[in-house]
Amino acid sequence: MAVEDQTQVKEGVDQDTVDAVREVGGAYKYGWETDIEMDYAPKGLTEDIVRLISSNNGEPEWMTQWRLQAYARWLKMKEPDWAMIDYPEIDFQDQYYYARPKSMEVKPKSLDDVDPKLLATYAKLGIPLKEQMILAGVEGAESAPAEGRKVAVDAVFDSVSVGTTFQAELKRAGVIFCSISEAIKEHPELVKKYLGSVVPVSDNFYATLNSAVFSDGSFVYVPPGVRCPMELSTYFRINAENTGQFERTLIIADKGSFVSYLEGCTAPQRDKAQLHAAVVEIIIEEDAEVKYSTVQNWYPGDEQGKGGIYNFVTKRADCRGDRAKVMWTQVETGSAVTWKYPSCILRGDESQGEFYSIAITNNMQQADTGTKMVHLGKNTRSRIVSKGISAGHAQNTYRGLVSMHPKAKNSRNYTQCDSLLIGDKCGAHTVPYIEVKNNSSRVEHEATTSKVDEDQLFYCRSRGMDEEESVALVVNGFCKDVLQALPMEFAMEAQQLVAISLEGSVG
Amino acid sequence: MALPDLKQDPTEARLARLTLPEGGCLAPARQEALARLRAMGLPQRRDEYWKFTRPDALIQPDPIPASVGVLDETPIFDAIDRLKIVFVDGVFDPEASDDLTLEGVQIDRIADICGKDIHWTKDIFGVLEARGQTPVARPLAALSTAFATDGVAIHVTGKPAKPISLIYRHENETSDVLLHHVIRVDPGAVATILENGPAAARLNKVTEIDIADGGTLHHVRAQGRDHERRAATHMFTRMGEGSVYKSFTLTVNGVLTRNEQVVELTGDNAIAHVAGACVGDGDFHHDDTVFITHDAQNCESRQVFKKVLRNGAVGVFQGKILVKPGAQKTDGYQISQSLMLDDDSQFLAKPELEIYADDVACSHGSTSGAIDEEGLFYLRSRGVPKGEATDLLTQAFLAEALDEIEDKTLSEDLLERLRGWLTRRR
Repeated sequence: MAVEDQTQVKEGVDQDTVDAVREVGGAYKYGWETDIEMDYAPKGLTEDIVRLISSNNGEPEWMTQWRLQAYARWLKMKEPDWAMIDYPEIDFQDQYYYARPKSMEVKPKSLDDVDPKLLATYAKLGIPLKEQMILAGVEGAESAPAEGRKVAVDAVFDSVSVGTTFQAELKRAGVIFCSISEAIKEHPELVKKYLGSVVPVSDNFYATLNSAVFSDGSFVYVPPGVRCPMELSTYFRINAENTGQFERTLIIADKGSFVSYLEGCTAPQRDKAQLHAAVVEIIIEEDAEVKYSTVQNWYPGDEQGKGGIYNFVTKRADCRGDRAKVMWTQVETGSAVTWKYPSCILRGDESQGEFYSIAITNNMQQADTGTKMVHLGKNTRSRIVSKGISAGHAQNTYRGLVSMHPKAKNSRNYTQCDSLLIGDKCGAHTVPYIEVKNNSSRVEHEATTSKVDEDQLFYCRSRGMDEEESVALVVNGFCKDVLQALPMEFAMEAQQLVAISLEGSVG
Repeated sequence: MALPDLKQDPTEARLARLTLPEGGCLAPARQEALARLRAMGLPQRRDEYWKFTRPDALIQPDPIPASVGVLDETPIFDAIDRLKIVFVDGVFDPEASDDLTLEGVQIDRIADICGKDIHWTKDIFGVLEARGQTPVARPLAALSTAFATDGVAIHVTGKPAKPISLIYRHENETSDVLLHHVIRVDPGAVATILENGPAAARLNKVTEIDIADGGTLHHVRAQGRDHERRAATHMFTRMGEGSVYKSFTLTVNGVLTRNEQVVELTGDNAIAHVAGACVGDGDFHHDDTVFITHDAQNCESRQVFKKVLRNGAVGVFQGKILVKPGAQKTDGYQISQSLMLDDDSQFLAKPELEIYADDVACSHGSTSGAIDEEGLFYLRSRGVPKGEATDLLTQAFLAEALDEIEDKTLSEDLLERLRGWLTRRR
């Protein structure tokens, strides 16, 4: 590292952290692309493309049929237009639906076989070296002590999973963590049973598209009574141009188990918008608990709104068993357009759903995001805390549903939505739907929209902070509720992200 | 673009039963409203804006008959000194009405305004309704503009000494009524409008209100009790600088009621309060849909809606505050609450905010739940029987909405009546 880049840090603060902080401190830092030779499926979407994706993944016939059915349904569906987002019409035939690094045609067995460019990509994205080695599938590396807390990673590069770390150690605990393409081959009984059981094939336009063309994603199964020994994570990277990423995540937490799952995503900076349509399904059985945390940092487009990722995501958790619990935490800072509503179906009695969200939009970004809490079981509980921050010319919408079904006796919901506007050219909107169909349940909703508090800013400034720093501090206070719900891994990043996205907005 | 059959067919079927009123100065406005309506089509269940309320009974060609209620009490507002304007099944009844002359106000039937050359109505009739069609379509309002056969034009020029009271009697089981009122409040003028009565088996009523700078309009409405009527009402209000609009509606039963309030604050420092209380029992569907647009600085808007529901009654609240770019220093407040007295009732709400200005304070809250057990226990421990205790807590819950009425004589009168109704319903 060049001398001038070094920063004086206090003892005990590791250089990695300082570097990472600097990394996220500037403009979009993940906007570079990896120059790597790729295999593409032909442009456009046809039945043949669906078959090609299926055969590239070496899928059995039932899976191919499942995809084809989804494709047939998709052709009859209409793109939803109810969200408060505005973007040029997407030409679904002007995209690649499958892109794979040439070197991944045969899965590498050792570090020597892994394309160094792929390794460099993940190194540059800030994944620790030890994990990176493991990620690349080096045999024996897994017995080496990992630095700090262990996080198993499934790295998805465009349409394929590059590798999954700590698989052996997880296997000893009985946990299955692999790419979904692997799961379809290795654990068809689980996939058949659960895939599409939470987000049905014809759920919505984008979910149906995903069902037809998803290329990879992660699969997690935690057996009864097992507390997953480490955090699991998936890192999604879009690299290829004109290529959509369609990943599918399936998480099953069997009775009495626990797993914490992290998701991160970035993409190169390009003038042309790219499509990302993912589906995440989570099944939570009796007494099990799943924590799902996302830091979404897709390329947001430039200041004029050129380029960026169109992020259309369907995420849903089904608390099937009694006392099942799910917690969604999301920090949304990226994407030109976000359309995302991680939801909870509270089917089991006494099951719980929580949703914590910070959505930050800047420049020309648009986000329409929120959650659905569907209370079906007795004594179910849900909590929604959503903070939206809008700056520049951005539009930020919270859209949510709280539904208390007649049989969901004695259930509770508490919703709090706050929006903050920075500048007078942006917008913040709140669209909550509340449906209460029994009287023993209580539903409370409150929302406020306000400007950054002048008194608080004045206080910070009188203590010698500059204006930008002060806004960042006040906003961090505003977001504290959500940031606290993030796992340790993200806490630092999230706080920094809040500061970054607000840069230049003051005055 | 042509409408889908799903919309076009029911719209044409309804139009086939109606005739455009003859000529006059309002003819162009009526033609335009008809064209608007044809472009929008009547509402369908699948329309997002009708998500919680089935519009079927409101749009079908013929109304569902409603038996004429027998009044077993003194009519509401009876004790108040007021100027009475009576409509029987949607037709102005000069016999039952008072003499329409009152200092500070000029009142005419809309049928007469062309002959009398009353120019101000041209800037309001159909104009405010048309403005209120974006961003959300309100086709039933356009239907009223086009086809309404009666209604009054009220021009408030000063400070009339007593309230103007619109009374709607229902005498025909199959009456299908379209009414349209226009109200203009001059700068600095102040008036109170009262409305009550079931009106018809089916009522479609639009009131367009233009309040000039510094004008004030109070509106208090009590919708029928123990009645089978179905009604869709719209109030479009445009407000000038420093003007005040305060509207309160009490609804006690009625099979289907949809009350829309569309308020546009176009002048700085204006104040708009819209409130409602409803008590629903059994076959009862009540929908309050409010859309408040802040398009000026330093304005205040306030929405307070309370619903008491039992025996399968359904309460709906769709409220929206839209703050346009530049509408700085807006103070927007919205609360919707339901008290559900049993397990069969439903409360469906969509309290929305859409904000494009940064120096504003907007808040909305919505709660729903059963009667406060602790409050009930407290009262019972003091020897109050359960039924009575429930009534007391219900009253306390509704009182907050009734507090929004500025004239305390009116709010006391309504609260007293509510007390009686609750006791009899117990």
